[in-house]
Amino acid sequence: MSISAGELNEFEVEAAAWFAENKPGDPGFLLPQSFMEVGTDQQFEFLRDWQRKVYEAGYLGLAWPAEYGGGGKHQAFQDIATAEMARQKVPFMTNTIGLSWAGPLILNMGTEAQKQAYIKRILSAEDIWCQGFSEPDNGSDLGNAQLRAVRDGDEFVLNGSKIWTSLGSYADYMILLARSNSETNTKYEGLSYFLSPMKIPGIDPVPIRKLTGEYGFTQTFFDNARIPDSCLIGEEGKGWQVAMKTLTFERAVSGGQAGGVHSMPVFAGEVVELARHAQRDGRPAIEDPLIRDQLVAFLIEERGLELNNQRAQIPGLNTEWPGAIAMARKLTNSEWRQRLNLFAVTLQGANASRYVDDALAIDGGRWQRGYFNSFSSTIGGGTSQIQKNIVGERVLGLPKSA
Amino acid sequence: MTEPAEILFSDEQAQLREIAETFSANKAPMAAVRRQLEADAAITTELWQEIAGLGWLGIAIPEDFGGSGLGLGEVVAIVEPMGRNLLSSPLAATTLAAQAILWSGSDEQKSQWLPQLAGGAVAALALTEAHGDWDLCHLTCSASRTASRHGDMLSLSGGKTFVTDAAMADLFLLSLALDGAPALLLVEKSALGEAALHREVVIDETRRSYGLNLNGIEVPVANLLPAADVSGCLKRLHLGACLLYAAEMCGGATGVINLTLEYLKTRRQFDHFIGAYQALKHPMVDALVGLEQARSHLYHAATVFEMGNLTDGRGEVAVRMAKAQAAAAFAFASDRAIQFHGAFGFTYDCDAQLYRRRALWCEQQHGDALHHRKQLAALLLD
Repeated sequence: MSISAGELNEFEVEAAAWFAENKPGDPGFLLPQSFMEVGTDQQFEFLRDWQRKVYEAGYLGLAWPAEYGGGGKHQAFQDIATAEMARQKVPFMTNTIGLSWAGPLILNMGTEAQKQAYIKRILSAEDIWCQGFSEPDNGSDLGNAQLRAVRDGDEFVLNGSKIWTSLGSYADYMILLARSNSETNTKYEGLSYFLSPMKIPGIDPVPIRKLTGEYGFTQTFFDNARIPDSCLIGEEGKGWQVAMKTLTFERAVSGGQAGGVHSMPVFAGEVVELARHAQRDGRPAIEDPLIRDQLVAFLIEERGLELNNQRAQIPGLNTEWPGAIAMARKLTNSEWRQRLNLFAVTLQGANASRYVDDALAIDGGRWQRGYFNSFSSTIGGGTSQIQKNIVGERVLGLPKSA
Repeated sequence: MTEPAEILFSDEQAQLREIAETFSANKAPMAAVRRQLEADAAITTELWQEIAGLGWLGIAIPEDFGGSGLGLGEVVAIVEPMGRNLLSSPLAATTLAAQAILWSGSDEQKSQWLPQLAGGAVAALALTEAHGDWDLCHLTCSASRTASRHGDMLSLSGGKTFVTDAAMADLFLLSLALDGAPALLLVEKSALGEAALHREVVIDETRRSYGLNLNGIEVPVANLLPAADVSGCLKRLHLGACLLYAAEMCGGATGVINLTLEYLKTRRQFDHFIGAYQALKHPMVDALVGLEQARSHLYHAATVFEMGNLTDGRGEVAVRMAKAQAAAAFAFASDRAIQFHGAFGFTYDCDAQLYRRRALWCEQQHGDALHHRKQLAALLLD
């Protein structure tokens, strides 16, 4: 597929104009910063309408096949649209699990019927997707999933529960890892992977209150819920391989995501601004040498992580440990973000003690809430400690942890 | 359209890097590094001549003066693999001295020295003084003008320190105060008396460092670099040195991480390879993550150098970030290397100490991480 620079330039100009024109104004309530933080119907409706509008305008799923509702264009177009969304700081696309994990998975290994049924509705946010991997007793140990899927003719009967289901209250479908055979040699062989409907009898998502006091996800109970075996993706008993494939999309090691922004990023520059206004000893905090040193340390690290993304594209500069940057990205970025949020809180002096909804809370309390919510990224999708095992074993070649 | 690439890595750089990797691994295996610790010089004459023969001393020297007309960015691609293997040589000092002559020298100085330096003559940098201040404009060495039958001369006084590889140097690039302002001066080996150099005992035993006593040395006034802005030239030299130290430190961190990994994969305790223990595994990932960021900063800084953007703020920010991050990464990796080798790590025979000593030298020359963050604060926050 050949594309001209002129064509891309023209598209960029159009995209910039469209987002400038259509970017939503202040909704009058504090928006969440990622799909994992959507806690109220008001927030959800607002974000779903916005995603649908972006898709209908032609700025989402541009590189997905046209026959399933995508744009059928070169990835470069989507990259431009996504960059424009980031540049104009528009609200994020709320159907992240559909757009970034389930969608590429279905396109990669789903049946024709599954592609026809799901892809377009993922893009338009008509179907919201959630993920059923973690269980109450099996967080990071994904291979040990115990939710039972017992075959009964051409159906499976589901019993058990999944937990930490982001968007669980709103989701229409779940990517679900379940145990279809409990008598296998290894725990991994007995797993199957389903594209399960959520709004059927026997499935009950119960909201969980987060450390912030908000509701952002559910524990999802399965009580004799019946789904047809056409919900299987991949072969029965091969669910582990499908789950591993999913994680490559989730961790952005594999490409093929629909695009769009999926969180409201934080920048060290915003914290520098905060330091200009905070006070220490009767002077702006930014004049305090110790605070300056910490700010610069954050700026160096932010720049290093940005530059990592560029260097990762140059094979000649990744000969020693190929893939190290991509494999460690979730770890490095989530940990950085958490420390930055916390530093932004402590910068506020006595005002650090205020919280969201206090009339005098600095920036509406977003740093306080951001710090608490940042644990969703250092815990969810494999804790930082598990990430270190993965990087240590797969990148550095160290033996598996005992 | 999209942002311009901030890291460029040319085919030339990739080729150079590959050759330098093989060369360093072959010529500086640990046994050779250990042998050299006992020798008078940091590097054998034969190996230095081989390096000259490969054209690496002229990489950043224009073709008109016998070099290859590339830049310091390409030199980074050589220095990093050398650092990985702890290969010690006057390559960085010779390269930087040539750059100073190129930036600030007269036509005569360029034609006289650049071809020689490209061809294997050794240059030493005499920029640091006993006060230990990293500010290269903080000068107590001085010169007074005298007239003699040889013409206008400068009579030098004071002393320089940390002049590496001075005993094998043909040329010294010297900073001093003249008429109340910084000046840069070329001093040939022949101008030094017998007792001018004395060996210093330094923390990095792969290096040969000397004190240089300037008292009694006389050189022609014509040996001054005629730059109008000597402070600016000193700053560029400082940033160039930071860039090459950052490269050396990234290489060193790569080497020491591999050294430690090898041990963690072969040493068994309590029925497990010790690398299976998360108390050791996780800090190794921290070391890797620190190094990966350092290398991204390094090759960005190298790119900025190539573009000649050194003296605008962007280049200075890139280089200082690279040095600060590389120092932090190498310090952590080499410190943990000693600890993770257990009792063996406490011995002279364990190679971890060689890297730790190298890391301390590299960080403490031309500004430690804290110093560079302080300079960055002024550039980024004010």
